[in-house]
This record gives sequence, C-alpha cells and structure tokens, in this order.
Amino acid sequence: MAYSKKVMDHFMNPRNVGKIDQASGVGEVGNPVCGDIMHIEIEVKDDIINDIKFQTFGCAAAIATSSMVTEMVKGKTLEEAEKITNRAVAEALDGLPPVKMHCSNLAADALHEAIINYRQGQGGVAEVAKGCCQEQPETNCVKITE
Amino acid sequence: MKAIYMDHSATTPVDPEVLQAMMPYFNEIYGNSSSAHSQGQMAHQALEQAREQVAALIGATPVEIIFTAGGTEADNQAILGFMTHDRQKKGKHLITSSIEHHAVLHSCEYLSKHGFELTILPVNEAGQIEPDTLKAALRPDTALVSIMHANNEIGTIQDIKTLAAISHEAGAVFHTDAVQSTGKIPVDVKELGIDMLSASAHKLYGPKGIGCLYVKKGVTVGSYLHGGAHERNLRAGTVNVPGAVGFGKAAELAQQQMSQNIVHLKDLSLRLTKGILDTIPNSRLTGHPVDRLPGSVSMVFDYVEGESILLMLDSYGIMASSGSACTSGSLDPSHVLLAIGLPHETAHGSLRLTMGKSNTLEEVEQVLTVLPDIIAKLRVMSPLGH
Repeated sequence: MAYSKKVMDHFMNPRNVGKIDQASGVGEVGNPVCGDIMHIEIEVKDDIINDIKFQTFGCAAAIATSSMVTEMVKGKTLEEAEKITNRAVAEALDGLPPVKMHCSNLAADALHEAIINYRQGQGGVAEVAKGCCQEQPETNCVKITE
Repeated sequence: MKAIYMDHSATTPVDPEVLQAMMPYFNEIYGNSSSAHSQGQMAHQALEQAREQVAALIGATPVEIIFTAGGTEADNQAILGFMTHDRQKKGKHLITSSIEHHAVLHSCEYLSKHGFELTILPVNEAGQIEPDTLKAALRPDTALVSIMHANNEIGTIQDIKTLAAISHEAGAVFHTDAVQSTGKIPVDVKELGIDMLSASAHKLYGPKGIGCLYVKKGVTVGSYLHGGAHERNLRAGTVNVPGAVGFGKAAELAQQQMSQNIVHLKDLSLRLTKGILDTIPNSRLTGHPVDRLPGSVSMVFDYVEGESILLMLDSYGIMASSGSACTSGSLDPSHVLLAIGLPHETAHGSLRLTMGKSNTLEEVEQVLTVLPDIIAKLRVMSPLGH
C-alpha cells in the first residue's frame, strides 16, 4: 500500500486524538464489520469549532483522514466545516490509494454528523451508517455451515 | 536498525546455495530442455536431476512430478485439469474446505459456475475439518476432494491421512495444497495416501515462478496449459530450467535441514506466542494450538485493525502480514478467520508473524519490545473497547 508522506505523518503522529468532556456534538460513521469506525467530538462556541477530537478504528487511511479533518476545521466556523468533503480531506493528504477512497475516507462524514448532532441539540451518538459488505454471486455451490 | 523479516509464509529469501546452483543455467547451460543438441541435453539432465530432488522430498517417484509455474498453477491444474478430463467418469461433484487458499477455492468456484457441483466444508474453531463432516458430504458422484495440508494464515495442519482415506473409501481422488507444508514438516505422499499435491519453491527458500504438481501414477489429470509436449504432455511451455534447478536444490536442503529447523522454529514460536499473550491483553492465538506449522504465530487483537499494526511494525523494520480487509483488498476480512468463527471486527485485528530459519531469539525479543506499545497506541486511538 503506497501512502503519501502526509498520510504516514498523520498516521504515525495523529493530531487531536481523544474525547472532549461535555462535547457540543458527537458524530460516528462506519461499523466494526467493515473494519472502519470514525468517532468525532466537537466543542462549539459562537458557531466556531473551538476544539475537536477523534477516535478511529481502522487502517492507516482511516486514521490519517480523521487526524487531517480535525486539523482542517479547528478554529473554523460551522459553515466552513460543513463545506469540507471527504475528497478535500484526501486531497489535503496528497491523495489516497484508489482502494481507500471509498471505505476509509469517511472522516468528513463523521464531522458532518457531529455538526448535525450539535445543531439538533442532542447529546447522543448519531446514527451509524451501515451496509457496506459485499453480496456473493449465485453459483452451483453449497456451503455447509454448522 | 536491522530489518526483521517475519513473513515467511508469504515468501522466503532464496538460499545462497540455491542461487549458486541456479546461476549456470541462465547463460552457460541455457539450452531448451526439449532440444536434441548438447546444450539442450545438458539442460534436460539438470531438469531431471531437479525432478528427482523434488520427488525425494515428498516420497514420490520422479515421473510423478510435473513442474508448473508455481502453487497457483498446480492447484488450478489439479482441480480443473482433473475434473474436466474426458476420462474422469466418476461425476460432477467436488468437495473442498472453507479455509483453502484462493487458488483452490476460486478454481472450485469456477467449476461450480460451469456445470459442476461444489460442496465447501466448514472447519472447527481450530481450523480443522472434522472427518465426519467430510464423510457426510461425500456422494456417489464425488470425483475429487481438495483439502489443504497446512493453512497459510493460521498455520493449522489437517489430518490429511484420515481425510484422504475417507475420500478413497468413497472412490474419490484426493488432492492437497501443500504449498505451506512442503519442506517445513514431513510430507510423504505414500504415507499420507495423497493422489495429487501442489507445492511451490519460493516457500522453501527456492525461487519464485516454479512449483510442481505431484500426480500419483495411475491418476489421470489433463493439461491446464495447452501447447507443446513438455512435461509428458501434461504442462505445455518451455520448462523453467533454472527455476527447476533452484527448486531441486531447495528441496534437497529442506530435507537435510528439516528436523533442526522444526526445533528452532518451535522454540521461537513458543517464546513469541507466550510473550504476546503475557504482555498484550485481549489477544488470542488463532488456529490449532499444537497441530500447526512450526514457525507460524497468528494472533488477533481486539479493538485495533491489522493494516495499522503492520505499518507501525514496519516503521520499526518488522515485516509481518494480516488478514484484515484492508490487506485482503476487499471489504471483508480473511475468509479463513471468518471460517474459524471469528466475528468480523475481531478478524480485522489479525496479525501473522511467520518465522523462518534465519530468524533469531533476539529478533523475537525485539518484536516483543515494540508490539505491546503499538497495540496500546492504536487502542488509545480506537473508539472500541473503552
């Protein structure tokens, strides 16, 4: 897996890891079945993201995009943060291997979930996005399962 | 920092003696082994000597060895070449297991999409096929049973002798993918009762691009690659003479060094496994605790993902592998880890350390120095398990 220097930097030295006491908004995407979960917490004051922390279960790309998105939006307004896309995060990391663009590039989604959660004024965890596992094509094959 | 290579189930370095044996066959004795002139005959002689060496390693006779371009081709030929041969009248049903290498699994699945019927057997938690499960799956029209000898991911060794005997009672031919076991543990085709066996040179300190299919005398297998009359009309294509010479030498060395390698690797594995289990909470050994390849340590760690572990280990110069989705190239983790009953989230956190003859106890200690910190660091980052 050929990762850019920036990806490796954010993976080996991730920024803003952890949780926020009394977070204003919490977002989570992915699921453990697929091998990626991104959890982001924000502290908002006067529509500005004062603090942001993440916790991610996943590969280097998942960790690096999470770290990068926290760096990109810290100190920014909610409106600015809402405009950040998964693609923009990948670009800020000098790109990701093609196979990683879909499954491990969800950090902006997690951020947006946290903003929605803040706007709704709820404290709970946002809905977890599901349904990424492949279907098996039909064959003349019996798989015995006990 | 000296690199520590612990991925010998992926491939091994070519032994210097093997490389030395191969060298003349690139540009000194470069003849086509099918040619009648003296260059060709010298190449032919070397090829036949290599065939004897490989045959000796698995207790076969030289005429039963077909050189192929590797383990994958040997598996393809054993399954496709056997099932589709016009003298194969037993039936259209074949049986394999859920933990096979994709070279076997996908070959079987290919047949199941083209008029054949396939049964895929489950394994128990240790990764072994229960004899009764095979017994129940055999049918009057079962022509072939293909079950691997030792698993590449979890190291589990099957009771091939029993499974082959059960298959024979039902009149089926028995193939085993012995790519991971050949040269590492004793493999004797007569003793085990095997009809076909696949092996690959680069797993036993030989070169890449050469392997073999053993076909017991009397068993009919068709060509998989069509063309010239090489390899007794069973494998077309100019034979890779330097590769075969390397495979032969590697087989000879493997036979000579096997018992000492087994003792050495068992020592290292024992220390590594115990060290990991003692220092890293929520870690487990996968595969069979005893019936396993001597140098194979396969672990799962809860709450962390395999590729992340690999890249952090690599930053310390330690090379290993994982069955996580990110390393399998799909969204699913390894089919082997799922087949032994691990939940998806656990299978994503797998790490395979496969040691070879040149690994040392100092290297094992070095891994044990850095691995606990890596897992701890990734767990701090993970939203799971808190």
